[in-house]
Amino acid sequence: MADEVTNESSFTDPLSFLKAFTAARIAIGHTGASIPIKASLEFKLAHAHARDAVYSAMDMEMLTDRLAQFNLPVLSLQSRAESRASYLQRPDLGRLLDQSAKDIVENQVSGAEVSIVIADGLSALAIHENIVGLLELLIPKLQAANLRLAPICLVQQGRVAIGDEIGKGLQAVLSLVFIGERPGLSAADSMGAYLTYHPRPGLADDSRNCISNIRAGGLPADLAVTKIFYLIQEAFKRKLTGIHLKDNAGLL
Amino acid sequence: MVYQHTIRGKVYSFDNLRVLLAKASPFRTGDALAGLSADTYEERVAAQMTLADIPLKIFLDEAVIPYEIDEVTRLIIDSHDPEGFKTISSFTVGELRDWLLREDTDTIVLKCLEASITPEMAAAVSKLMRNQDLIAVAQKCEVVTRFRNTIGLKGRFSARLQPNHPTDDPRGVAASIIDGLLYGSGDAVIGINPASDSPAAVMKLLVLIDNIRQQFNIPIQSCVLSHVTTTIDLIHQNAPVDLCFQSIAGTETANTSFGVNLSLLEEAWQATLSLNRGTIGNNVMYFETGQGSELSANAHHGVDQQTCEARGYAIARKFKPMLVNSVVGFIGPEYLYDGKQIIRAALEDHFCAKLLGLPMGVDVCYTNHAEADQDDMDNLLTLLGVAGCNFIMGIPGSDDIMLNYQSTSFHDALYLRKVLGLRPAPEFEQWLLQQGITDAKGNISPSGPGMLLSKTAPLWLMK
Repeated sequence: MADEVTNESSFTDPLSFLKAFTAARIAIGHTGASIPIKASLEFKLAHAHARDAVYSAMDMEMLTDRLAQFNLPVLSLQSRAESRASYLQRPDLGRLLDQSAKDIVENQVSGAEVSIVIADGLSALAIHENIVGLLELLIPKLQAANLRLAPICLVQQGRVAIGDEIGKGLQAVLSLVFIGERPGLSAADSMGAYLTYHPRPGLADDSRNCISNIRAGGLPADLAVTKIFYLIQEAFKRKLTGIHLKDNAGLL
Repeated sequence: MVYQHTIRGKVYSFDNLRVLLAKASPFRTGDALAGLSADTYEERVAAQMTLADIPLKIFLDEAVIPYEIDEVTRLIIDSHDPEGFKTISSFTVGELRDWLLREDTDTIVLKCLEASITPEMAAAVSKLMRNQDLIAVAQKCEVVTRFRNTIGLKGRFSARLQPNHPTDDPRGVAASIIDGLLYGSGDAVIGINPASDSPAAVMKLLVLIDNIRQQFNIPIQSCVLSHVTTTIDLIHQNAPVDLCFQSIAGTETANTSFGVNLSLLEEAWQATLSLNRGTIGNNVMYFETGQGSELSANAHHGVDQQTCEARGYAIARKFKPMLVNSVVGFIGPEYLYDGKQIIRAALEDHFCAKLLGLPMGVDVCYTNHAEADQDDMDNLLTLLGVAGCNFIMGIPGSDDIMLNYQSTSFHDALYLRKVLGLRPAPEFEQWLLQQGITDAKGNISPSGPGMLLSKTAPLWLMK
């Protein structure tokens, strides 16, 4: 009878105590030269979550319903990237509104101070999870500060710079774009916020300020709102956003 | 000069070498995004047939980016070796491809040609080659570099230990370093991408790795991948800088967007050499490149992304680097869409770099929005091992928690060494044996961790 084979990978890795110092996938053991099945499948699952997030579609109906509480018009817009494959290969198309979206924007009453744009980016999941809770904190603050808000724009297949065309179309002083960030293995639901003063097509990233990793396990909504509100106030005071708008309050 | 080819009565004409090279490139999204790709499958092959008939001499007369406006072009033309070129000067691009594959075109013959082939010639010939050809020729090249150990010897395969941490926490970094060393990773370099480029933060990490290296007397080199200007400042503060890192690209304007130029790189090279920290060699530079960075910086001058990439190797070559690697899959699907494109690009980069005499490694990697997964990376890793790639990355469980992308794990390097009978750098291999981390067969020894860990207690008390 053959000896019973023990699985070396089932032993506790002697380095396990080091996991307290980093979220890196250390001390996962080995079977032969390879990664043991448990760690291998955990990795696969994390990647599956990230892939599902990249291919998640923004639920326009659900979001429109939930955004109704703010008593602002909600516009459903589409970029010129008509599919996820096109979105991934042609970043230029994701920065432009398609014709029907253009028409919608042109027909709005313009001249608000802040235009809020919500784009799926690389994770509609991030928008589903985070946007409503965040706006419930942010919009009352903006209104209390007497900032007029443009219609809320929901954009499918949108990139950050699409907020420039929308902001210009709505003649807003500042555009605030919320977008699903590229999913990582540790989180697939991170939302980013980008502020652009005097939005207009042709601006580059150095004209914006960004707050990243907004999610329950990252930067929580209340802290994100404090930072966004601070930056908006500073932007209006100094009439700019971007690399020259620094965080002097130590908030960022 | 206009180049032409006729297929079934249809005349394909290409306005110049730049256009022809782009149209002859195997399809990738970055060239399509730039509007440079062939319009049809037939046009691509027509371009390849046209390219195959072009004499190599043309490349010395027709620059893809004018000599007057680009210092990379000037470097390429001015550093070309006309003597060595005589061997191949009568060839067309197609004849070069066939000649490279011949048995009598061996390691020594290829070595003598390194300075005679321009990046554009290398890029051109690669466009006529199948993946198999790229592997077969690269495998004949040997580029060996030395600092505290020897990287790139035939039969050896190394890994950069990449212990990144989102906040540069020294204990977090140290934990990944110890984990990696126990898997035989780190002979290429222990190289950290810092979350902060502040000199104080970089200094802290440099001292951390240097302390670990000295405590365990490990024959390796370290690097914190900060901008060269930060590294130069730190050298002036007597920081323990082994290798000086910089990202580079193939056009002057792209390098400007990285905040570097040739004279700044020269200054960084001289400053690093002045520390004289290498024990068995003086290769002190570490460069990273990657297809698409020129387009991403809007600095490609209408040149396809693979030709741009190869031009960057002329810069790397000037500074006799210890390590160069292409971060091939990091840039995203708008440049390299899927596993197929990433694999092709990596083999091209490795081939061109080796032909030009660079100690080439590859960051076998992808992002979560690319159509790629671990299986694609396993394929690429194995192909690169066969091609004689100098090194890959070693990251805990393939998951870089700072840069948020997936690269190769410590285990992946072990796998490759095992299936292809490759071994670590000789000095590092000795150290692994002495420490009881691996046995004579290269297998991980169960007693390894205990031996090393018993001496690491101070690491975990750091702030």
